[in-house]
Amino acid sequence: MVLIASAPTFSHGVHPADQKARSATEPIGRMPFVREYSVPLRQHIGAASEPIVAVGDIVQRGQLIAKRASFVSTNQHAPVTGRVKAIETRPHPSGVSVRAIVIESDPFSSQQMGASGPRSDQALADSVSDAGIVGMGGAAFPAHVKLSVPEGRTVDTLLMNGCECEPYLTCDHRIMLEHPTAVLEGTAMIQTALGAKASVIGVEQNKSDAADVLRAASKGSVSVAQVAVKYPQGAEKMLIKAVLGREVPVGKLPLDVGVVVHNVGTAFAVHEAVRLGKPLIERVVTVSGPAVSQPRNLWVPIGTPICDLLAFVGLDQLDQYIVISGGPMMGQAQKNLQAPVVKGMSGILVFPAAHQATKEYPCIRCGRCLDACPMFLNPTRLWLLTRNRDIEALNQHHVQACFECGSCSYVCPSHIPLVHAIRMGKKLVREAQV
Amino acid sequence: MSKLLLVSSPFVRDERNTPQLMRDVIGSLVPILIMSMWVFGVIALLMVAVTGATAVVTERLVTSKRSLHDGSALLTGLLLGFVLPPGLPLWMGALGSAFAVGLGKAAFGGLGANIFNPALLGRAFLQAAFPEAMTTWVAPQMGFWQLPERSLAWPLMGSHVDGISAATPLGGFKFQGLTTDLSEMVVGTTAGSLGETATWLLVLCGLWLALRKAFDWRLPVSTLFSVALLSWVLHATVPERCADPMTMLGSGGLMFAAVFMVTDPVTTPVTAKGMWLFGFGTGVLVVLIRSFGGLPEGVMYAVLLMNAVTPWINRFTQPRVFGGLA
Repeated sequence: MVLIASAPTFSHGVHPADQKARSATEPIGRMPFVREYSVPLRQHIGAASEPIVAVGDIVQRGQLIAKRASFVSTNQHAPVTGRVKAIETRPHPSGVSVRAIVIESDPFSSQQMGASGPRSDQALADSVSDAGIVGMGGAAFPAHVKLSVPEGRTVDTLLMNGCECEPYLTCDHRIMLEHPTAVLEGTAMIQTALGAKASVIGVEQNKSDAADVLRAASKGSVSVAQVAVKYPQGAEKMLIKAVLGREVPVGKLPLDVGVVVHNVGTAFAVHEAVRLGKPLIERVVTVSGPAVSQPRNLWVPIGTPICDLLAFVGLDQLDQYIVISGGPMMGQAQKNLQAPVVKGMSGILVFPAAHQATKEYPCIRCGRCLDACPMFLNPTRLWLLTRNRDIEALNQHHVQACFECGSCSYVCPSHIPLVHAIRMGKKLVREAQV
Repeated sequence: MSKLLLVSSPFVRDERNTPQLMRDVIGSLVPILIMSMWVFGVIALLMVAVTGATAVVTERLVTSKRSLHDGSALLTGLLLGFVLPPGLPLWMGALGSAFAVGLGKAAFGGLGANIFNPALLGRAFLQAAFPEAMTTWVAPQMGFWQLPERSLAWPLMGSHVDGISAATPLGGFKFQGLTTDLSEMVVGTTAGSLGETATWLLVLCGLWLALRKAFDWRLPVSTLFSVALLSWVLHATVPERCADPMTMLGSGGLMFAAVFMVTDPVTTPVTAKGMWLFGFGTGVLVVLIRSFGGLPEGVMYAVLLMNAVTPWINRFTQPRVFGGLA
């Protein structure tokens, strides 16, 4: 493996089959409008947004319907022209029900966006905040927060994340291929806002066509770094290590090593918001998985129920299937398909249930999980310490450094749900600190 | 609402699983059994059948049925059979196997919880209980159907030593200053334990298992490397005590242990550094015991000693967290 992987990368990690050929050549299509949308007031990290519309109000596609509640929060916009049907607790892909603005779409509307026109990129953070943009890679951290550099800190490099290391997902790949100029312009705007000297786009080698397209379009203004195909190459600490050789200290942020990381999909959204005045009301979602016969990449309005999306690709009989939002390594199984597509949702994958029928065996202490962990943790030990509820030892073994990539569970020959246990361990430690 | 299954990520897994790893190792013992039968005759099959069957029965008696399916008990029994002398009474093999699974493994809590390599613990028990029978070697190639006289002896009935006994390459070197032809050690036509003599086949099986990722290659590589290195130095300084590196690598139980014993994941370290340390430690102990100890062979004690310090090695070789201080 060492001989093949000549491209820069990080240590450890795993090599799941990437399964991207299923949808990588599918141009981004468009999900048609459906009857009802539910826009959760919480689809980002931070405080819930505050609704500024009332039940019965007529809203236009792109209209602001909820404002950010604090600095770390986001605006929400109507994904569709229609009538506010309810503001109530609704299913959410996180599994916890969340208050949402429910909009019944107007079947006779042309669904044109309200005129708002280009915005200034002088105060980029404000424009991005107005547009309700979050990190599009999955974590959904409000994007404007990462566009202003705190007093006394400097950023020398903007690192754009085009790794898309999760198997099956191809939404970032398609955006880079189909909209290279928008991605590059968005990148340039972010770079200027941060005052960074350089920007680099990191792309995994299995998307070399996208890297070539970006390189050709950038004419040298932005460098494109090809990195090895390895999971979790797209984790920001791993990407910084691979491209810049810097190690973010444990418990610190990329900013502490002079780097800010944004997703390429975020750059595209920033470009749309500034040049076209378009808020974040839709995103590209890869619909794939072994149970999907015709995988697609689709522009999907935020708030579209997952079941409608699956029906559109021809899946309406979903007995005994596992539906996952996100990628197969870090994604989340859905318990209610009425839950909507949210801003951070990069994919909907469908697996047959038999796929998960695995039996757990005792730990044979083979050490594969240690060789897989990109954070150099000892997953089998953390699993044991969590079972023993040994908070002090969990802390000593840096349980909080785990970012739950799932590589340990992936390699475990005894099929022990290691990352699941470690999630519990992190929770134990958090609760003990309160 | 449709019935959706709720499970937690990741939803894809590496294909290797624990029973499969056990099956790979068991599978690689088949050619070794055939070779052993060619060298020592049908007794090889009988001994391995007895220790393997005893192990499975013992596990069924002392633990829940569930663990049987992982194949680990059978593997322990088979491995024990291969490290016993061909002329050992079968009942002793059965006793050792019951000890290995019952006390070596189940008493610690079953698969994954034992500290010592169960097969070697069983062998150590036999060595302590029956030192004479465990160090008497029959000559190879006495005829396929020719059973060593004591093989079918009843338990505890006086067992006199056979007329035809032979010296192992290491025994010959230690007690008579004899050297064995390297080609014989490679082919496997020397006296020794049932599975340990055919070095070429063991290397081949080891390579196959390494390619299948059935074990961590760092363990055997570090073990063999340190044996070669230390015996090269010692042979140059005290040639009458320490044999040359090739003899060291090709003789006794070293190659068998390198492929099947130091590669046991349960009783060896989990950390990368720890695996290197374990291998180096085992290799050094093997050379020291063989050269300066009272017995000609020391692989079993070397591995067991390193098993004993494995928890300690794990503790002191914890990896540095990413972004942590060196």
